[in-house]
Order: sequence, then structure tokens, then C-alpha cells
Amino acid sequence: MDTAFDVERIRKDFPVLSRELPGGRPLVYLDSGNSSQKPVQVIETMREHLAVHYANVGRAMHVLGAESTEAYEAAREKVAAFVGAPSRDEIVFTKNASEALNLVAYAFGNPINEDPRFTMGPGDEIVISEMEHHSNIVPWQLLARRTGATLKWFSVTDEGRLDLSNLDELVTERTKIVSIAHQSNVLGTVNPVARVLERVRQAGALMMLDASQSVPHKPVDVTALDVDFLAFTGHKAVGPSGIGVLWARAELLDAMPPFLGGGEMIEAVWMDRSTYAPAPHKFEAGTPPIVEAVGLGAAVDYLSSVGMDAIAAHERELTRYALEALGEVPGLRVVGPTDLQDRGGTVSFTLEGIHPHDVGQIMDDEFGVAVRVGHHCARPLHLRFGIPATTRASFYLYNTPAEIDALVRGLHHVRKVFA
Amino acid sequence: MIAESMYQELILEHYKHPQGRGLRDPFDAEVHHVNPTCGDEITMRVKLGDGDKVEDVSYDGQGCSISQAAASVLHELATGSTVGETLAVVEEFTRLMQGRGQVEPDEDVLGDAVAFAGVAKFPARVKCALLAWMAYKDALARSAS
Repeated sequence: MDTAFDVERIRKDFPVLSRELPGGRPLVYLDSGNSSQKPVQVIETMREHLAVHYANVGRAMHVLGAESTEAYEAAREKVAAFVGAPSRDEIVFTKNASEALNLVAYAFGNPINEDPRFTMGPGDEIVISEMEHHSNIVPWQLLARRTGATLKWFSVTDEGRLDLSNLDELVTERTKIVSIAHQSNVLGTVNPVARVLERVRQAGALMMLDASQSVPHKPVDVTALDVDFLAFTGHKAVGPSGIGVLWARAELLDAMPPFLGGGEMIEAVWMDRSTYAPAPHKFEAGTPPIVEAVGLGAAVDYLSSVGMDAIAAHERELTRYALEALGEVPGLRVVGPTDLQDRGGTVSFTLEGIHPHDVGQIMDDEFGVAVRVGHHCARPLHLRFGIPATTRASFYLYNTPAEIDALVRGLHHVRKVFA
Repeated sequence: MIAESMYQELILEHYKHPQGRGLRDPFDAEVHHVNPTCGDEITMRVKLGDGDKVEDVSYDGQGCSISQAAASVLHELATGSTVGETLAVVEEFTRLMQGRGQVEPDEDVLGDAVAFAGVAKFPARVKCALLAWMAYKDALARSAS
């Protein structure tokens, strides 16, 4: 691929972007933060695997079994390289980011595990934030309920930043785990990981990042971040749904108890007990999403061939353009940072006197503009801002300034309908 | 386009100028209903009088134009009618909303509520239109008990 970022050429890789919607409307897809579209490279790789390489992985002693296993493990290797993991054994395939977060939450307070980093009971504390997606809230609520531990959280400032003013009181020697979003799925805010991590290390706690909204959009290197766990999902990163990733330090994966029990996660089984396979297989019970993993491998290959730096720069320009254009729509209020500092390409907003569901319906039906409306699985964040819902436009490598113009035209029309 | 037919003038009018909004005393029953998928909510009070007469339907809530206009239209239709008459409207309205746009509405029964016929083509919005009507049905059941 050329070094220059050629969005028209990229768009040709995504078949759906050239389809028409009923009534001859072109599609303007501004909902990649929800789920991204797929390039032909991913579709073809998955089709080919299903067509001529498919068999179960890790347990079939024949040519197809070997080819399928090789492709599955090669995908693990690609994902490891993509996020800068020191070893492919630190990559656990899950079904999505939610499962990756739950897997870590279930490692704590499990009576079969005595490692002091993972014990949990009354007096221990878990720290999250008010800007989390439900998938980084509910697993920790459940953990607190199971163990009697206390759940605490960072507040969010009016500007949509993590409020670190009480960092030292929130994260203490009682804290066992801090889990926050790398980038907010509503605000677009990129959180100050290094600053939080410094305090987490002082407190002797562990740190997890929900990187579902960062890994698809910019270079993410787990070694440079230096956190302990990181979760993301394939379907937001031009890959298929049904495949997610947990990265964790090898020594932590070794110290953690298994999550689900089943085939391929064992070493030996007797009727009354079992020993377990080493990580990552210890955490991959049952037949995994094979074709989906292979598809994710193709997805990270695709993103790397375009270049994550180039994608981040493209999205930054789109975000700059969108913030400016949206700022001129009367009655529109952006919920989240209005500058480009530590901010990704997700812009949520309210339109005075018009409910987001009405905005979304008219945008879709009259302009073919797909945005997300609602609380985006972040209800506590919306409660914090005193609003029931927002309209969210989220950008990716295939979006163009002309599509943001279409969004703005649509918003002007929505205002006219409800004037 | 199709959505344009959903946003009937009557719906927009009720959304911008809701009728009978605000919770009032006295009342026989109060209910609170929410639509968890979109966060629309409504609190509704019903006051019944002699001869099965609906003396007042008062409500407060928040949500999209469809859910809020539906509550306003319901207030107008139900207040002053009998319980029996309003239950017939609830039944016909529910049949219309669940008909995926294939049901021919009975305008004699529905009155102004026929303006919501276009909503039935949008499965995601049917719950918005039904929120107030389901709350009303629930409030009636609680008034009777």
C-alpha cells in the first residue's frame, strides 16, 4: 500500500460501503465504535479457511487439523505482534471483550486459587470509573457481590475527563485491581494510563485496560503501556464478531485459576480432579471460534498494512473537522472533550429539545446516515451528565469529510422537522 | 421516505405541546413503566369515577417524540370515556402496533391514535408507542384491585 493515506482506495476494500440503501440512498456509516465494517481481505480469508482448510484445532491428527491449527495459532502470533505482546502465549482468545473482562474478574476471590494477588474478600477494593462501558462495570459489581469486596470509581469531570483529584484516596493499599477504559466509547476521551498506573504500582495493585475503543484506532503497545491486563474485541477492528482478546502478563496467566472448564484446557483428567494446560490454552475451553480467530489475524494484517499511525492521523483529521462542523449546529452540545488533546474519533452530542431516537431515525431513513443513539451501554455516564441518551458518531479509517457533511446536513433537517 | 410518514403532524404537535401532562391528585393508582432498551419512562396516575368513568389520566415522563406524544394522545382519548371504551382502544392500538405495518387500523375505535399507524413499520419504535398504553392498562388493573 502507498505511504500516503488514500481513503478512496481503502473504501474499495469494504464492499458494504458501495451498496445502496432502499430508496437509492448511499450508506454513510458513522457507527464503527459500535461495530466496524469488514474489508474483502478479511471476508476472503475466512471464506477460504471455511472452504479448504477447516477442521478442529489442537486435537485432530490429519492434514486439515494441522492446517487449521496452524492458521489459528498464526492468528494468535499476529495479534501478539499487533499489540506488542512479548509472547504469543500471552494472547487468550475469548468470544469478545466482555468475556475477557469477565475472565479476569473471575480470577479474583476464587477459593481454588491462593495466589495473594488474586485473593479477594471484605476490606479489599476494586476501582473502576464512571465512564466505563457496562462490560467494565457489571463484572466488577458481580465480583464485589461474590466476595464482599468494595467497588469504588473515578468520577468524570464536566469536560469528560477522568477526575484524578482524589487518585491517592481512591487507589490505596486496599486496592487489588483498577480497571478503566483506555478510550471512552462515548466521550472519545483517552485516559492518562501512565498517571493512574504509577499510583497503582505504589499501592501494589493490578491494572486492566478495556482497550476495545483504542486498539482498532491507534498503535497500542502493551509493553510500553506496562499494565497487567488488556481486553479488546475483533469486530470493532475490521474483524469478525465472535472473537475477542485478553492479553495478560505470562506470570499472571500462570497464577490465575482456569475460567471455564472443558476440552483442550486440560493436561490430564481423572474422575475426581484435573490438571490444566499451560496458558493460553488453560483459558480456552471447548472448540474455539476458529474461523473468527483466523479472520482477526487477517484484520490485524490489514490494519498493519494501512499503518496504525496513518489510521490515527486520518481519524484525528476527521475528528477535528467534525468538532468544528458540529459546533455550528444550533442547540448542539458535545458531551466529551471539544479539543483534540487525548481524544479519539468518537463524538457524542445532544440536540436541544429533540430526543436522540428521533435524531437517529430521521438520519437513517432520510439520509442513510447510520449513527448510534441511546446510552451506548454506558448508562452511569449519561446519568452523571443528567441526560437519558446521546447521539454518537464514530469514525474509522474508511470515513471521509463528505460523510461528516452529510451528518451535519441531516442534523439541520432534523431540527427543521421538530422546529 | 418512510420515517416522514411516522412523524405525523399530529404526533409532532402532541410532542411539542403535550396535553394533560403533570401528575395530579386525587388518583386511584400510580404506575411507573420504563423501556430499558432506550430509557424512555413514564409515571402515570388514573382516577376513576362513577359508572366506570375515567375522570383523569395524569402523567409525567421523558423520552422520544413517539413515546411522549402517545401519552398525550392517550390522555385526550381516555379522560371522560368509560373504562370499557378505553380498553377497546388499548386492544386495537396494540393490534395495530404489533401488526408490522400489515394491519388496517380501525379509525372509529382509535380516533387520533390512528396517527401512530406508521410506527408499526419500525419494530424498534413499537415499544415507544406502547409504553404509555401499557402503563395505562396496568394502572387500570391496579385501580380495580
